[in-house]
Amino acid sequence: MEDRIETEKRRTSAKMNKMSKVSEMTEEKERRMKRSLEQEEPDEMLSIDSKLCDKEVSESEESVYSGLEDSGSDSDEDDGLHNDDDEDDGVHNHDDEAQQEGVHNHDDEAQQDNKLNAEKKEEYEHDSSDEEDIRNTVGNIPMEWYKDFPHIGYNLDGKKIYKPIRNKDELDEFLEKMENPDYWRTVTDKQTASDIVLSDEQVELVKRLQKGQFGDVNFQEHQPSVDFFSGDVMLHPVTNRPADKRSFIPSLIEKEKVSKLVHAIKMGWIKPRRAQDDSRGRYYDLWGKEDSSLLAKHKMHLPAPKTLLPGHQESYNPPPEYLFTQEEQALWEQQDPSDRKLPFVPRKFSSLRQVPAFPRFIHERFERCLDLYLCPRQRKMRVNVDPEDLIPKLPKPKDLQPFPTTQSLVYKGHSSLVRSISVSPSGQWLASGSDDCCVRLWEVCSSRCVKVVQVGGAVKSVCWNPNPSVCLLAVALESLVLIMSPSLADREVALSSERLLAAPQEAEPAEAVGAVTWVECEREEQNHSIRLKIQHPKPVRQVVWHAKGDYLASLMPDHSSHQQVFIHQLSRRRSQNPFRRNKGLVQSVCFHPIRPYFFVATQRSVRIYNLVKQEMTKKLQANSKWISSMAVHPGGDHVICASYDCRLSWFDLDLSTKPYKMLRHHKKAVRGVAYHRLYPLFASASDDGSVIVCHGTVYNDLLQNPLIVPVKVLRGHVTTHDLGVLDVTFHPTQPWVFSSGADATIRLFT
Amino acid sequence: MGGLQKKKYESGAATNYITRNKARKKLQLSLPDFRRLCILKGIYPHEPRHKKKVNKGSTAPRTFYLLKDIRFLLHEPIVGRFRDYKVFVRKLKRAYGKTEYSAVQRLKDNKPTYKLDHIVKERYPTFIDALRDIDDALCMCFLFSTFARTGKCHVQTIQLCRRLTVEWMNYLVASRALRKVFISIKGIYYQAEVMGQIITWLVPYQFAHDHPTDVDYRVMATFTELYTTLLGFINFRLYHSLNLVYPPKLGDKTDQEPNCKDEEDYAMNSESYLEKLSALSASLARAVSAADEEETQLDHFPVDEEDMEKMEAREKEQKQQEAHTKIFEGLKFFLNREVPRESLAFVIRCFGGEVSWEKSVCIGSTYDITDETITHHIVDRPSIDKPYINRYYIQPQWVYDCINAKLLLPVEDYFLGVTLPPHLSPFVEEKDGDYVPPEKLKMLALLRGEKPAKNEEEESEEEEEEEAEEEEEDNAEEEEDEEEEKNLQKMEEQRAQGKSLQVKVTPGKVKVENRAKQEQEEKAEEKRLAVMMMKKKEKYLYDKIMFGKRRKVREANKLTQKRKAYDDAEKAKKKKAKK
Repeated sequence: MEDRIETEKRRTSAKMNKMSKVSEMTEEKERRMKRSLEQEEPDEMLSIDSKLCDKEVSESEESVYSGLEDSGSDSDEDDGLHNDDDEDDGVHNHDDEAQQEGVHNHDDEAQQDNKLNAEKKEEYEHDSSDEEDIRNTVGNIPMEWYKDFPHIGYNLDGKKIYKPIRNKDELDEFLEKMENPDYWRTVTDKQTASDIVLSDEQVELVKRLQKGQFGDVNFQEHQPSVDFFSGDVMLHPVTNRPADKRSFIPSLIEKEKVSKLVHAIKMGWIKPRRAQDDSRGRYYDLWGKEDSSLLAKHKMHLPAPKTLLPGHQESYNPPPEYLFTQEEQALWEQQDPSDRKLPFVPRKFSSLRQVPAFPRFIHERFERCLDLYLCPRQRKMRVNVDPEDLIPKLPKPKDLQPFPTTQSLVYKGHSSLVRSISVSPSGQWLASGSDDCCVRLWEVCSSRCVKVVQVGGAVKSVCWNPNPSVCLLAVALESLVLIMSPSLADREVALSSERLLAAPQEAEPAEAVGAVTWVECEREEQNHSIRLKIQHPKPVRQVVWHAKGDYLASLMPDHSSHQQVFIHQLSRRRSQNPFRRNKGLVQSVCFHPIRPYFFVATQRSVRIYNLVKQEMTKKLQANSKWISSMAVHPGGDHVICASYDCRLSWFDLDLSTKPYKMLRHHKKAVRGVAYHRLYPLFASASDDGSVIVCHGTVYNDLLQNPLIVPVKVLRGHVTTHDLGVLDVTFHPTQPWVFSSGADATIRLFT
Repeated sequence: MGGLQKKKYESGAATNYITRNKARKKLQLSLPDFRRLCILKGIYPHEPRHKKKVNKGSTAPRTFYLLKDIRFLLHEPIVGRFRDYKVFVRKLKRAYGKTEYSAVQRLKDNKPTYKLDHIVKERYPTFIDALRDIDDALCMCFLFSTFARTGKCHVQTIQLCRRLTVEWMNYLVASRALRKVFISIKGIYYQAEVMGQIITWLVPYQFAHDHPTDVDYRVMATFTELYTTLLGFINFRLYHSLNLVYPPKLGDKTDQEPNCKDEEDYAMNSESYLEKLSALSASLARAVSAADEEETQLDHFPVDEEDMEKMEAREKEQKQQEAHTKIFEGLKFFLNREVPRESLAFVIRCFGGEVSWEKSVCIGSTYDITDETITHHIVDRPSIDKPYINRYYIQPQWVYDCINAKLLLPVEDYFLGVTLPPHLSPFVEEKDGDYVPPEKLKMLALLRGEKPAKNEEEESEEEEEEEAEEEEEDNAEEEEDEEEEKNLQKMEEQRAQGKSLQVKVTPGKVKVENRAKQEQEEKAEEKRLAVMMMKKKEKYLYDKIMFGKRRKVREANKLTQKRKAYDDAEKAKKKKAKK
């Protein structure tokens, strides 16, 4: 008997090891607990009995859970009922598996229920009925529900179980604790609210359980397990069931499967497992044999530019001057990341251990990656030019002397801006017209004002008659042109000019142009040496003489009218309007020094008319927005136009109608330009207060282009009201230049 | 007359280019695959000269590739592998969907892979080409080798990167090819000269990365794939050029033995090899023993005088270089635990020094802190508790500065607790006109062999005084000029006002003419006038160049001023402290 129990136990333990189910473990423990509680009964016989019954319980339970019923190993005679059941099961299995499954299941359940009932009964049978049965029937509920009642539950008969009358207070409790040697092993049964003193075995059990050991002292948990089934073929089969038929016949399903696989392999759908090649990270001499065939393949390839190397400012401990000041820091933070000069803020750390990780490290690496595969690459030739080489090699100004270099005289007297100046052909006198309504005549050498003529209107233009045998001055103001004879020359000249003025009495041909009237001046005015007045219909802006000194042209700029230019003949006191049609706002007019040509500058172009044939010969395109003035070379083949957009355009009439050279010397609008009559010089005056004198040689050889060299920048005038130098003119014989400015002065540079 | 009308955009520039989308369709690849292919093959877009013509009259922004490039891609075998992979992924998904795990396993076993060897060979036909383009590869590998083994990329990649970088560093140690080191706020820049190629790379500091979200790691991983292949082949070749065994093996075991017991504490057997290698403390095994090799010396040929000079210069340079690579020879360093071990060990070993560290820091330390022969102890903390005598306690910057200066700097400036002198970039080569920080000047003087001036301060003060005097002179001259002008103006005014001019003759002063100055002025004016005559195009260029120059000067001046202000402030502080 004992042996069998032992084996039983062993088996259970083995099974437990196999399944290692915690739940089962706990069940087992509980069971053992129960058993050991039962052991407290003194009766030896009973204890054995209980063990037996315990065995029964465990076995039946095991059979339920493990499904080992038909293993047949434990088919012992003594538990016949059980065995019968088993056999029944087997029969069921064999015979009508399919049909009676449901029924069978029912049967099974019923049997199990019966079994359980039987066990319970047995249990109660063995229960010691001699013990006062104070078993509580309330079940597993929190006992505090009965806190307020005198009873604590009901016994099997339905009678109340009363709480023991307790009158123990704290003190009693304490005394009990002190005096009772069994106090430590006394526990209160909550179900009955009675004190129970645990026996030695029970204490031992509790201790063992607390340690996590099995409750049973004799139970050996570390027994070597015995496998029921091993790989070895035994002499006798485990069951004596004959082998299935299917174990003799080749499986159709398998055949189908295999044929499918074979087909798949044939078709190349399934490939055998590739041999694990660990070629990643296995290297060899890739460039062992250099073949040139590859070299030609990627000819267009440009290697990626390398990243810039870091400068001092990137150091973890840079020199102090590279650190940002507060303003720089603020600026850096404000700027767009693409505008920043540095992509990071320089920082200083006192030691290496304080340097943190750079937060944008991965970003920068990634951006580099993007650059490498997304940026178009182009070979850009870096201009490696010495800026000195770009400067054109020009003859030295020293070699091109004479030209005016220094300011030598200042003519002061005007009280408002001096619009126009003119030098007498002898070079002795200088006439100037100003906005303070007077014309002043100066002696050139001494800067003395010889004469002041009040004319009663802002003088727009003065022009000295270029004929040296007469001494006449034309003055334009408002809508008048005055012819003055300043009587500054010797008698012969004065006489000849008088003659010229007096000559044309016989014909009075005012019929041609009704708009212009010639008026002989009164005596009073003649005292001021004004001899003639030519009345125009509109304000006159400019007046110019022909080189011979008989004709003069006046200009009245007007958009809408065709009467913009008049040509007057002094000897016959005749005026004519040469143009029938309006070709735009005329800015400046000029006579050709030798031939009968007439230059008319409109806003953007210069037209050249042949006065004899009465036709236009040429139209010059000055590539500028607004021409301000114009000068013709004494040779007659070259023209310079000054424009308000800071340019000078030099035309070579023989070359083309486009400017031969554009000169952008000035910073502001150019107001006046003039050629020297004898020397190869020209000067331009601008609002930036400077006069620039250039050397401009014109060669007789037509193949050689004119040589233009700026030789001197003359400064002296003060800009007032945004106006600088208004007019510039050369001395007829000396390399001197006069300039008049908005600061009411005239300056002579020699 | 006659003939068909020529259609637009059917010849010329329009046919030479292809848009990205069209290229993608032509190759039958998805955009990520196309991107990958472009990265691997080194194909980049082209900017056509006439964008509108190429774009068939439209001005929409498009990326253009050269048609030739795309045709070149068509024949790439890797495109086939990409397609295979696509199919593989599809099959795998399907198998998962059907829960056919055996099929999944089978598919996974046959996962298509590809090799990049031929691409590397194609992109870099010669070894030198490859070496020239290795900068980015190194930067990337060093970055990836510092990644944590979290999901950003495959662990294998990280390990491979680490292995390759360690191999690279070991090669440099063996070949003594390192030239310059620079500690920046981004990381540590190293520059080496390998087979005549200057190679610069950046190593991040050893911290965990804060992975940004706006970075496409797939792109980076593709680059890394290529770079690891490239770097591996380069390493192989380099090791063989030095007769070293590849994959590297540690040399003589005798050095290693004393610490053999500790090894198990650090790493598993599988890892300890790489760890030991990365410790950089042991020399590598050679295929041919070191005794057989000899330093190649320049042979002397009978040559002309000019060549002779060149030859001499070259020899001298070589000697200098050799001296440079041996500056730490005979010195014994010990690294305290807070200094960056890998960087310092690498650098010191590259220049012939011996180095060790505490056993608990890393595997492979060769001697103890108690060793009497240690000459320099590198410490990066304000003070040390128990100093040993007869060794210098210095801060790590000393090592780097010595390397950049090519000589052993005086250690006094680098003692513990001392404010370090600025760390300058060795990559900056100042041209004339650029700002040169005074520290650099000092260093250059040292390099020339001049003794550092002891009474620096006095000197600088003197200099300042001189400067001040000069300034005063300038001012005086200007003032004189101004005075003259004023006088003249006064006279003019008086004369203009006319009659009330008191006639008075004052004795004139003899005006001293400054010839040189006058000449200079004349020249300047000449130049100004000539500049006026420039053509528009040239003028533009000239102005641009001059603007750049002026900006440079301005910046240099600004830096000088800042420095001066700083120095003055420092001086004032010192004076205050003295008082």
